[in-house]
Amino acid sequence: MSILIQDVSKRFGTFSALEHVTLEVPNGSLLALLGPSGSGKTTLLRIIAGLEVADSGSVRHQDEDITHYSARDRKVGFVFQHYALFRHMTIAENIGYGLRVRGVAKPEREQRVAELLKLIRLDGLGSRYPAQLSGGQRQRVALARALAARPSVLLLDEPFGALDAKVRQELRQWLRRLHEEIQVTSVFVTHDQEEAFEVADRVVVMNHGRIEQVGSPAQVFEHPANEFVMDFLGNVNVFPGRIEQGKAVLSGPELASPRDAHPEARRAAVYVRPHELSLQRDQSSTSLAARVVHVNPTGARTKIELRALHSDQLITAELTAEQFAELGLKSGDTVHVSPRRVHVFEPEYTI
Amino acid sequence: MQAEVIAYSPSRSSQLPPQPQAAVKAPSLRRAQRDPAWVRWGLTAIALTAVTLLIGIPIVYVFVEALADGPAVYLHNLFGDPDTRHSIYLTLTVVPVALVANVLFGLAAAWSVTRFQFRGRALLTALIDLPFSVSPVVAGLMFVLIFGLQGYLGPFLRRDGYALMPYLTSALVVLLAVVAYALFRPRIASQRRGLWKHPWLSTLGGGSLLFALLVVAQQRLGLWPQNASLKIIFAVPGLVLATSFVTFPFVARELIPVMDAIGPDEELAAVSLGASGWQMFWHVTLPNVKWGLAYGIILCNARAMGEFGAVYVVSGHIAGQTDTMPLRIEKLFQEYNLPGSFAVASVLTLLAILTLFIKSRLEQHMPSHSPATSAPQGATKS
Repeated sequence: MSILIQDVSKRFGTFSALEHVTLEVPNGSLLALLGPSGSGKTTLLRIIAGLEVADSGSVRHQDEDITHYSARDRKVGFVFQHYALFRHMTIAENIGYGLRVRGVAKPEREQRVAELLKLIRLDGLGSRYPAQLSGGQRQRVALARALAARPSVLLLDEPFGALDAKVRQELRQWLRRLHEEIQVTSVFVTHDQEEAFEVADRVVVMNHGRIEQVGSPAQVFEHPANEFVMDFLGNVNVFPGRIEQGKAVLSGPELASPRDAHPEARRAAVYVRPHELSLQRDQSSTSLAARVVHVNPTGARTKIELRALHSDQLITAELTAEQFAELGLKSGDTVHVSPRRVHVFEPEYTI
Repeated sequence: MQAEVIAYSPSRSSQLPPQPQAAVKAPSLRRAQRDPAWVRWGLTAIALTAVTLLIGIPIVYVFVEALADGPAVYLHNLFGDPDTRHSIYLTLTVVPVALVANVLFGLAAAWSVTRFQFRGRALLTALIDLPFSVSPVVAGLMFVLIFGLQGYLGPFLRRDGYALMPYLTSALVVLLAVVAYALFRPRIASQRRGLWKHPWLSTLGGGSLLFALLVVAQQRLGLWPQNASLKIIFAVPGLVLATSFVTFPFVARELIPVMDAIGPDEELAAVSLGASGWQMFWHVTLPNVKWGLAYGIILCNARAMGEFGAVYVVSGHIAGQTDTMPLRIEKLFQEYNLPGSFAVASVLTLLAILTLFIKSRLEQHMPSHSPATSAPQGATKS
């Protein structure tokens, strides 16, 4: 294990930022801390970096206890959301700073800086100042600066948060390739699930200072551990229903439940993703009648807003362009909705 | 299955209807932005008159009066009189000492207020401003009440004032030693041996031991005069204290907004890259605040040189001993020596004009004018 966080808690005044968090970061992995704001993900990252001190618990790095090490002794590269480049130093001086304070000789330093400038594709711009670069270029410089002293861990705090959509997209792919190239254990913080899924090979979903689920992007998306994860990762339709003898019963259609049955009926929420709903013109035994409220063609997929006829519930469905063309839906049409796949989260069983 | 091909004509843009020529500027817009001529000229005239009457003429008059009898007399007035000479010398010694003290204090205060959250932070911010709101005369009286003959410490200082000095110097040395300990402590925990492993034991134990040794040594060796009066009021230390107090807020007040705007991220970045606190300060913090610091020093200097009220109270105006330049001007004026008074005044005025010039040059470098500060401060996040 590259990093092992054990039972770490942190409070800011009365606000509990982290509650007994335990997490392992395997060597060479690219891990995303994903969660809404206030979930403690940045605090956790700063505790790994040593910029924040945990109230309790320990942080180990390659089996060495670094809980009480200061930030400068941790051999960690940290990339700040707003770059935090030294504004009065040139790009080359910025990148070489970590080597300079560690007493690396000038020729060696210059060689490493040139190497990194090439890596971030900014060769020739070493004598510029941060203010003369674009946001995406500055973020790349910040990354090179963090990598200069060959840290064993790279930490990135919302690395693409302050960039516009197109640059963000490019940088994500670039970071992914860079990680494949240099294989340094990396942890980054994001609140954007698309970003986490695209870049990371492991995703940690956090909420209210706790870890809700850890897994590969596919695992987390396909098998969410609880309602929060299901809800946080993309759009979802929630149907009130109940579980009865191995079946999840919506208000109307009956569906096979993925879980073992309890003999008695219990209330449960049934979660269905918009793209896992099928729409038909004809009624079937497991379908729900609904009226089309709004059709929103967004590129490759078409979003359709529906209102259930008997319960007035709003339902979002997503169709491919072909499916949509086949059905030929307009606002006001009545269709029959049936889920292809559902997630049922049974409430805690209490007596 | 055949793919659908959508072709775009490249000449599309040229098919657009020709743009109408730049429209005639609406006259109503111009009128809305401009006031009638009489308002513009009237306001300008009022401002110009006020500046000329209240600022321009008096300044010119100072130089006219000073040079009324020719440059030779002017120079004699300035440097011929030993008391005047001493007042210039005194101002040039008191002001730098007060400046150094306030730069150190200002940096420490700005640092603690902008980089730490602690109990009493708001109180400290308010206290920094206190010297601005207290009348200088009251400030001077405060020092007289503490250190004067009838004050709290007066009788003791008069009887055996130098007895304090061993303690003061020892405390200073111990403080420096503690700073040195923190600076030279090995960075890697595994390299720490012996006393490096126990910072509290070393600083508290070693510090008190060093302090005791130094105090006893100084007392035994009789470095300081015994049973002699240590004069603070009506002497140079009082002048330095009063000047420092009055000019207390300038450096801190200039630095706090600058450091707030820059935020702690660059400093944290330096630390995470392996810089020590010392390196972080010299490589990152100081270069970032240097223009604000220079601006604060200039303002502090201007105020310190011209300080009259507080210094007036603590100096006791002993000609040739505790008269600074402003006090000397007043004394010469009271003695009906107008050319002498105006000669000294002209020097202060020249210094003020010089300060103003440097200040306006510095303002171009202040963060609010510089493009390099576009990076926003990192907001507190999850």
